[in-house]
Amino acid sequence: MPFDALCNFLRERFGSDSFTTSEFRDNRRIQINPDRLLAFMKTLKEECGFDQLSELCGADYLKYPGARDRFGLWYILLNTTTGERVIVKTFLNEPDLTIASVFSLWKGADWMEREVYDMYGVIFDEHPDLRRILMPEEFVSFPLRKDYPLRGRGERHNFPVITRAES
Amino acid sequence: MPLEQASTLAALENADQEFLWTLNFGPQHPATHTTLRLILTLDGETIVKAVPDIGFLHSGFEKLGEDLDFNQYVTIVDRMNYISPVANEIAWHHAVEKLMGIELTPRCNYLRTILGEMARISDHLLCTGAAALDLGAFTAFLYAFHQREVLYDIFEAASGQRFHPSYTRVGGLAFDVNDDFVRKVRDFVKDFPKTHGDMCRLLNRNRIFVERMQGIGVLSKEMAINLSCTGPIARASGVVRDIRKDEPYLAYPDFDFNVVCAEEGDCYARYLVRMEEMLESLNIIHHAIENLPSGPVNVDGDSKAVFPEQMSVYRSIESMIHHFELVMPNQQWTPPVDEVYGCIESPNGELGFYVVSDGTGVAYRARTRPPSFIHFAVFPYLIVGHQIGDVVAVLGSLNIIAAELDR
Repeated sequence: MPFDALCNFLRERFGSDSFTTSEFRDNRRIQINPDRLLAFMKTLKEECGFDQLSELCGADYLKYPGARDRFGLWYILLNTTTGERVIVKTFLNEPDLTIASVFSLWKGADWMEREVYDMYGVIFDEHPDLRRILMPEEFVSFPLRKDYPLRGRGERHNFPVITRAES
Repeated sequence: MPLEQASTLAALENADQEFLWTLNFGPQHPATHTTLRLILTLDGETIVKAVPDIGFLHSGFEKLGEDLDFNQYVTIVDRMNYISPVANEIAWHHAVEKLMGIELTPRCNYLRTILGEMARISDHLLCTGAAALDLGAFTAFLYAFHQREVLYDIFEAASGQRFHPSYTRVGGLAFDVNDDFVRKVRDFVKDFPKTHGDMCRLLNRNRIFVERMQGIGVLSKEMAINLSCTGPIARASGVVRDIRKDEPYLAYPDFDFNVVCAEEGDCYARYLVRMEEMLESLNIIHHAIENLPSGPVNVDGDSKAVFPEQMSVYRSIESMIHHFELVMPNQQWTPPVDEVYGCIESPNGELGFYVVSDGTGVAYRARTRPPSFIHFAVFPYLIVGHQIGDVVAVLGSLNIIAAELDR
């Protein structure tokens, strides 16, 4: 369904002030409130035909010009039959970095959500296995946050050394 | 934050299941090709559960993307999927040019298409060759690598670098190609079908190879869509989708090619899809090199997106200022303050970059959508119920590149 029709459909379903839209190049975005994420996603998947979660990640907007919220997440949904895409954006702020997991809708969200947790510390509620994925388990910071320095905080020097006898 | 014991690992380790044993596969193992680890829970030789453990090669590429400018970062994206580096470069600059609204010249579009398709052949040759090698068919691997060597020579003729060409730039290419490049590509187009035929004859009806691939690691169409699979892996499961057709970019609308699909969704189907895709790519290269447009390879210098000609920098003050502005960190490009997702059909599937721009020449956030990362998450679903020996068959058919997996 075209983007305008999709927006009208969602307005009817969730109320006209439940989301805002924006467009840039061929990216069409819907910005929603994080607490309604799962309801929106369920509707988009089951009634609008967006059957694939093609990409999920986020950014830290700490130093972004004019930003009012700290963490932004984007969910790029794809309708594999018609090839339409829609980007669902939502923002989170400290201290409550919790958002519903979409794992129940798309199993492909599993590792992508783990990566967002690993890099930004966003907690995905009801994710079956929310552990660090790329960074070592002992790591305490969230490296892609903007207040984390490019060269790290000296973690490499403090990695535990395993001797042959212990291994 | 303290980390909890992985619940999925502990769940199987209770008293009534003492017959299960755990096998650690990797991080260093010849069949992983790079560094990745699998923790396999086995009942005899049958795999009951597989838990991948990744991150051994994590080197903070995305953090570097927030520090290097749009042209510098191309050297880093090269090193993600190092089997087909040019595809990564094209994807990165595709997203950046989409952000800035730059229309490429026809010659640049054609050259990028040729290079992108050669990267696809190079990637598929490694994937099918190495899959055969892991299953004991050594000869096909050597044939495949001979042609990859030829492809490296072509990349060298174009860019001066064999392995990591770093060839694309914002608004064009580092340099135009010469006649030597065109001659080499023509030779390759002429010679490649013979190698392809040799590989097909060695593998397609090779009983050992076929029996170890057929019916192994079956991915249904519904699962492929639900698990975010793209590229040859999704197409082998019957998902008819190719970004080159569905969201055309570069010069792809000019060419007639088929989207190769299969329905079985097993390792053998993925192998066949890759083999057939190479011929389609070769067809595109053939048409593109014979119809290569003339004209400039970079966009107009007045747009201030590309470096001016070297001689004009020496001779005119405007060009000198222009050149200087592009290399000064406080000048450079001025993209709109917005964000954009651009993706291409890389050999492995949808390779996209989500670029958030704060109006400077350095991305505020450069997120990669890495196909290897997403496809490796599928692995535990594919391997359950198969034998240990099938691990290498499934891994080989997914074409996991650890540098892209961990970034």
